[in-house]
Amino acid sequence: MPRIRFESVEKCYGSVQVLPPFDLTFEDGEFTVLVGPSGCGKSTTLRMLAGLEDLTSGEIWFDDTPISHLEPKDRDIAMVFQDYALYPHMNIARNMSFALRLQKVPKKVIDEKVARVAEMLGIQDLLARKPGELSGGQRQRVAMGRALVRDAATFLFDEPLSNLDAKLRGKMRTELAEMRNSLDKNMVYVTHDQVEAMTLGDRIVVMANGLVQQEGSAEDLFKTPANRFVAGFIGSPTMNFLDADLVEADGRLFARGDGFDLALADDLARRLDKAARRRVIIGIRPSCFRPAGAEGAAGSTIDLGVKVSEYLGAQSILVTTCGARDLLVELESSSRVDRGKVMTFAVAPQDIMVFDNETEVRL
Amino acid sequence: MTSAGMKRMTPYMFLAPAAAIMAVGLLYPIGYMVYASFLDWNPSQLISEAEGVGLRNYASLLGDASFLESTAVTLKFSTIVVVTEMVVGVGLALLLDRNIRGVSVLRTIFILPMMIAPIVVGLMWRYMYHPSVGIFNQTLKGWGLEPVPWLSDADWALASIIIADIWQWTPFIFILALAALQSLPRSALEAARIDGASGWQQIVHIKLPLMMPVLVVTGLLRLIDSFKVLEVILVMTNGGPGLSTEILSLRIARTASEFRELGVAAAMSNYLLLILLALTVIMFVYNKVVDAREAAVRQAAEEA
Ligand SMILES: Nc1ncnc2c1ncn2[C@@H]1O[C@H](COP(=O)(O)OP(=O)(O)O)[C@@H](O)[C@H]1O
Ligand SMILES: [Mg+2]
Repeated sequence: MPRIRFESVEKCYGSVQVLPPFDLTFEDGEFTVLVGPSGCGKSTTLRMLAGLEDLTSGEIWFDDTPISHLEPKDRDIAMVFQDYALYPHMNIARNMSFALRLQKVPKKVIDEKVARVAEMLGIQDLLARKPGELSGGQRQRVAMGRALVRDAATFLFDEPLSNLDAKLRGKMRTELAEMRNSLDKNMVYVTHDQVEAMTLGDRIVVMANGLVQQEGSAEDLFKTPANRFVAGFIGSPTMNFLDADLVEADGRLFARGDGFDLALADDLARRLDKAARRRVIIGIRPSCFRPAGAEGAAGSTIDLGVKVSEYLGAQSILVTTCGARDLLVELESSSRVDRGKVMTFAVAPQDIMVFDNETEVRL
Repeated sequence: MTSAGMKRMTPYMFLAPAAAIMAVGLLYPIGYMVYASFLDWNPSQLISEAEGVGLRNYASLLGDASFLESTAVTLKFSTIVVVTEMVVGVGLALLLDRNIRGVSVLRTIFILPMMIAPIVVGLMWRYMYHPSVGIFNQTLKGWGLEPVPWLSDADWALASIIIADIWQWTPFIFILALAALQSLPRSALEAARIDGASGWQQIVHIKLPLMMPVLVVTGLLRLIDSFKVLEVILVMTNGGPGLSTEILSLRIARTASEFRELGVAAAMSNYLLLILLALTVIMFVYNKVVDAREAAVRQAAEEA
């Protein structure tokens, strides 16, 4: 299986540049997830890798071989499309065996392979049906099966779960996560859903506006986001952002703003030394607020007025106000929180991220 | 009427006006024609004065060499033009279904022949086929070749009208095939490319099978139409030389106007109608059989 390398790959449609030149590497045997909001160029990236779109400039390498001039069929890839792209006039067995039949693989071998994959995906009873006679979830499996039968070196997935209902999506996500461990293949998986990205990816590439924002493991992205976009995109509910001034007092650094005055971690303060008294954006995840006085609560306190309380069982999501801004707070809830109440929370210094207010890079 | 009964009748009441127009506009003339085919009817007579002859018109036609010759010419003409037009039209559509510069202009040009009135097409081709001043023979002469008796030789005449018909009607197949092609699911074609299908394999395994329903209807329409072509041939050869290009519709027109036998003409029309009806029915039955066989295979597979 090849190591795939994008080298200053650029894509323009006419005069519109949708992907400025970028580099990207997919390591051998790795499950990489490309994640980003809709329209950021994920599908385009994947389709260029598949050979369905031409590159405007740059080159894609499989190990040491340039492949951008190769037809899709010569790249040894299998792909699962967002709309499944099954052949409507062929039954499921023939859909799955199409590639093998074109390769003139002996019929016995084809039948065995199709049967094995069908069994693995639990679609063995559907083989004689046409795609039009299947439910969305079944079609999704068939699309997956058609790719798996191929035994290609590289698998590409373009939002394969986005047309399923929430419950089925969760189930398929788990199955995929299991399957990915048993298959030693290059897999590139595109999604706009950060939960999918976090559960599936060995490595996650976050894209926005045609630019790669950050690459790394789920943990890297969550704990040390490179910039405000990644911090806001990864994690649910989303991170709260507040405008603040940096103020030094009693040898410590504080972020002060409308309705809050929060102490920052010392190592962060050392890093920011020269930049004291400047304006920044601070980010706090909803789960980082602890009711003041509760066990383990530490750091500066902040008073928040509860505007809306969404009770979800194990947690409650509170929409609160801090000055003129709304903040989300996630609480483990043993009891319901009444709206209108003002609560005091503690925020640990190491839970506060600081971003430059112009470049939005994390400091 | 009860309200349930009312509800059941509602759709029929909405259908009634259309059904009435159909009955008057379609069934009445056909009924009239069927009735007339049982008469010995001269155009100078009122239909009520005509004498009933039972099935004699039909029977005598079966022994009428000219009618049989006409039928044979029609079948030959229709088969050749429809097959050729389908192959060329679909082939062109497959070739031009791409986004390269100039293709849209080319598409427009291809459609032009269809827009010309049939009489004009006939006249145009007659001049082009003209033995001495026609462009074809001029060109042949220019190359130092023998002139061809385009419309004056029995074999050449049939070929000539076939060529003219192909020129005029291939665009019809072409635009319908192109529309069918462009409505194919794009991602299925991309999946086929990734699955390793060459251009030719995509055509054979994906494009043609998916276009088939449209192509079948297109072919049937063209076939029915080719049985009824009249003006172009009338202008070009008027059925000659001899009976070599006298297709059925021309024979019917001549029987009615020249031989003044309206009953016989009506009987011929009904034979033509029967042939077309048979073709349509065969097509339907074929589709049903294919569907049924697929369903049976599926049933068997799921029970096993
Ligand atoms: N064929 C095309 N022609 C012009 N613009 C396109 C085409 N395909 C995609 N785009 C544009 O490229 C950008 C990226 O699209 P895409 O890669 O599909 O995004 P994503 O898959 O991340 O949602 C979008 O702004 C889209 O409008
Ligand atoms: Mg997309």
